[in-house]
Amino acid sequence: MTRNNVWVAGVAVPVLIGMLLLFAASPSVKANDQPSAANATVKIDNFVFGPQTITVPVGATVTWTNVDDIPHTSVSTDGVFKSKVLDTDEQFSYTFTKAGTYPYYCTIHPKMTGKVVVQ
Amino acid sequence: MPEQKQDFIDQKLQDLNNDGVDRRGFLKCMAWAGTGLVWTMSGGIPVSRAFAKGYGKDAAKGADFSFVQISDSHIGFSKPANPDVTATLQTAINKINAMPHTPDFIIHTGDLSQLSKPSEFDTLDQVLKGASAKQIFFVPGEHDMLTDNGEQYLQRYGKGTKGTGWSSFDHKGVHFVGLVNVANLKAGGMGSLGHEQLEWLEDDLKGRSASTPIVLFAHIPLWTIYPDWGWGTDDSEQALSYVKRFGSVTVLNGHIHQIMQKVEGKVSFHTAMSTAFPQPAPGSAPSAGPMKVPADQLQRVLGITDVNYLVSGRSLAVVDSPLGASGSSASGNASAPVALVDTIRG
Repeated sequence: MTRNNVWVAGVAVPVLIGMLLLFAASPSVKANDQPSAANATVKIDNFVFGPQTITVPVGATVTWTNVDDIPHTSVSTDGVFKSKVLDTDEQFSYTFTKAGTYPYYCTIHPKMTGKVVVQ
Repeated sequence: MPEQKQDFIDQKLQDLNNDGVDRRGFLKCMAWAGTGLVWTMSGGIPVSRAFAKGYGKDAAKGADFSFVQISDSHIGFSKPANPDVTATLQTAINKINAMPHTPDFIIHTGDLSQLSKPSEFDTLDQVLKGASAKQIFFVPGEHDMLTDNGEQYLQRYGKGTKGTGWSSFDHKGVHFVGLVNVANLKAGGMGSLGHEQLEWLEDDLKGRSASTPIVLFAHIPLWTIYPDWGWGTDDSEQALSYVKRFGSVTVLNGHIHQIMQKVEGKVSFHTAMSTAFPQPAPGSAPSAGPMKVPADQLQRVLGITDVNYLVSGRSLAVVDSPLGASGSSASGNASAPVALVDTIRG
């Protein structure tokens, strides 16, 4: 794992710098940044919701995608939203219309927890 | 520590040594998925054996009866870790049928299906129909209750059970209890039995003689193996407190797709192999997801796992480490894979 991470970091850092330079050179990307930030994605990978905590504006739609070989769910702890069982590559979206903190978990693997903060 | 019992188990395991494996020099636990464990009741003490080439020569000698535990069939799973889980379940059933003595019954410790689909349950039924042992007891895994709160599972496999599918029965002087620890799981938690089931269990065991051998079976381990992956049951302590007064208690679980054993006082804990795909040793991978191996090695290494985990706060240890490509250590006998189980005392 450690070795992999180092390798990934070694490749990712130059790539990131390259991307930043690209973006800096293209102001149109910056202008489009605002609307796209309204929607967010959570990847379910290796039995982890990533990112574990996601902060979005009111009105944002959050989409969960399960990339594991094992089914998962995304279910609000307070009963606000509930996905169906998501098999590999299946998605679930929910639009948050009220500010607040929304904890959720996978009902199949309850150790998997996450949080959506709506501001 | 149950000195006598330990020796007994060791002695029994020595009987397996006609497989050519140097047990002492070998890794403490090794497993093969696509098979099951045979349990032989002898003097009220269950002894586990893996299906092995020489199995059966003396298996029934002195035994009161035997039964087979299979687990985690995951019918419907078709990912690279095993594209044909129906075939490997069939292999397990063939091995049961090839045993010289028909086991009295089979216990399936859950995750029959991958997605609780009717078609998956149909396929499972079709394969299990071919088993020599006609009676099969089930407890659900979390994959069997993905939709409709397990309603369909209950209709098919839980007839006559209570609550979400728990029940008990007696067989030749042994009291068996099937528990459900995969329903109504709480955020951040592990497996859960719940108040209602615990009350039922206490009541079920009340009034039974302390000399009655008890077998508890449930999908998720009833002992904490690896909390980070949810490999344990939050309220299992409560359940185990009810069996403390009994002289022989055996706890059979699945869920983790590898063999682990622990003896604590008079209670022996065992987890079974999967018939579908192996899972990594605790903490050895980023997650508990299916272990993928190259297709041409699947039959050789499928589920061959040994565990390396120290049960925290206990001197008891179960040692596991992956066998990987060294499938030849199973006597080079890929068609009749061998599994050894060992219990280690601190």
